[in-house]
Amino acid sequence: MVGIVIVSHSRLAAEGIRELAAQMAGPDLRIIACGGMEDGSIGTDAMRIQNALIEADSGDGVCAMVDLGSGIMSTETAIELLEFDDDHSDIQVRIADAPVLEGSVSAAVSASSGDSLEEVIAAAEEARGMKKLLD
Amino acid sequence: MASKVYECISKIADIIIENKDFLTELDREIGDADHGINMARGYTEALGQLPQDESDIGAVLKKAGMVLLSKVGGASGPLYGTAYMKAAKAAAGKTELTVQDGKDILDAIIGGIKQRGKAERGEKTMLDAIIPGYEAYCAAADAGKDLAECLDAMCAAAAEGVEYTKTIIATKGRASYLGERSIGHQDPGATSSLLTMEAIRDWVRAL
Ligand SMILES: Nc1ncnc2c1ncn2[C@@H]1O[C@H](COP(=O)(O)OP(=O)(O)OP(=O)(O)O)[C@@H](O)[C@H]1O
Ligand SMILES: [Mg+2]
Repeated sequence: MVGIVIVSHSRLAAEGIRELAAQMAGPDLRIIACGGMEDGSIGTDAMRIQNALIEADSGDGVCAMVDLGSGIMSTETAIELLEFDDDHSDIQVRIADAPVLEGSVSAAVSASSGDSLEEVIAAAEEARGMKKLLD
Repeated sequence: MASKVYECISKIADIIIENKDFLTELDREIGDADHGINMARGYTEALGQLPQDESDIGAVLKKAGMVLLSKVGGASGPLYGTAYMKAAKAAAGKTELTVQDGKDILDAIIGGIKQRGKAERGEKTMLDAIIPGYEAYCAAADAGKDLAECLDAMCAAAAEGVEYTKTIIATKGRASYLGERSIGHQDPGATSSLLTMEAIRDWVRAL
């Protein structure tokens, strides 16, 4: 099953989004919140993200959901660190180009139903065009 | 005895930590008021973790890059972290640096920052200090100047680059949310890059 990592500058934001997305997911989904720095302060840490990606992988790849700015850059850095990490260079990771909260909910539903990494990313990215107010 | 490369990085760390409040104030104007806090946190951690007696410049730069990637926390973390890692590659196995090595290192740093941040010159980022600095360094090198003179030229051009960031709109990073309101303020990352270059220059001059 594809795993999901939620990256945010804020620990609380990442955990809150994880909580919401996990409600929609089956019990087998690996969905990891990776928010803030090791000491709890606001920010992103490429190495913490790298570890979260490893934890989320069960062999079918990982969908990374990211917030802004360094959320993206640190996740890209983490993916590069994995490529150079001999024990984990085979882990497939993709970043979804999607709003982090809505995209995480869609990705959780998709991953739980056994979709491939491509399909999970597509589901997350569909959230980009989701209308909230229907007239 | 501490290696030269360790001494040089600890000089950079001292200057950055000394300027923590200044950099944070600059980031308060056009960002989220954390650049100095981020940079000081990263360099404080680096000072504690770097091997003091390792003389392979590449090895020490690589370690510094790994620490900054992880401990800075903001965009400047992956950016400076990547810069150090690229510099490490260019300096791998070396224990002394020539004028030509300096060129190669600066070139690698710029490539790394561009790749990581997807920015170009003129977007009000650290690149607006580093790229002119690199060009001036190369011009001085090509004119046969010695390392200290090349670094002087680099710092002078980088300082002009920082001034130039006051006149342009930010199109990358947090400051881009401000659009035109970012005009009139100097970029925090360009400023920390200038401080870094000046620290290196001053350290070389004091040798
Ligand atoms: N895409 C980029 N390319 C190059 N430099 C950048 C980019 N984005 C930001 N910067 C530089 O980083 C500096 C800001 O660093 P700082 O440590 O404050 O990160 P931040 O913007 O607060 O990070 P975050 O994205 O986590 O909010 C800017 O002044 C700019 O020089
Ligand atoms: Mg900032």
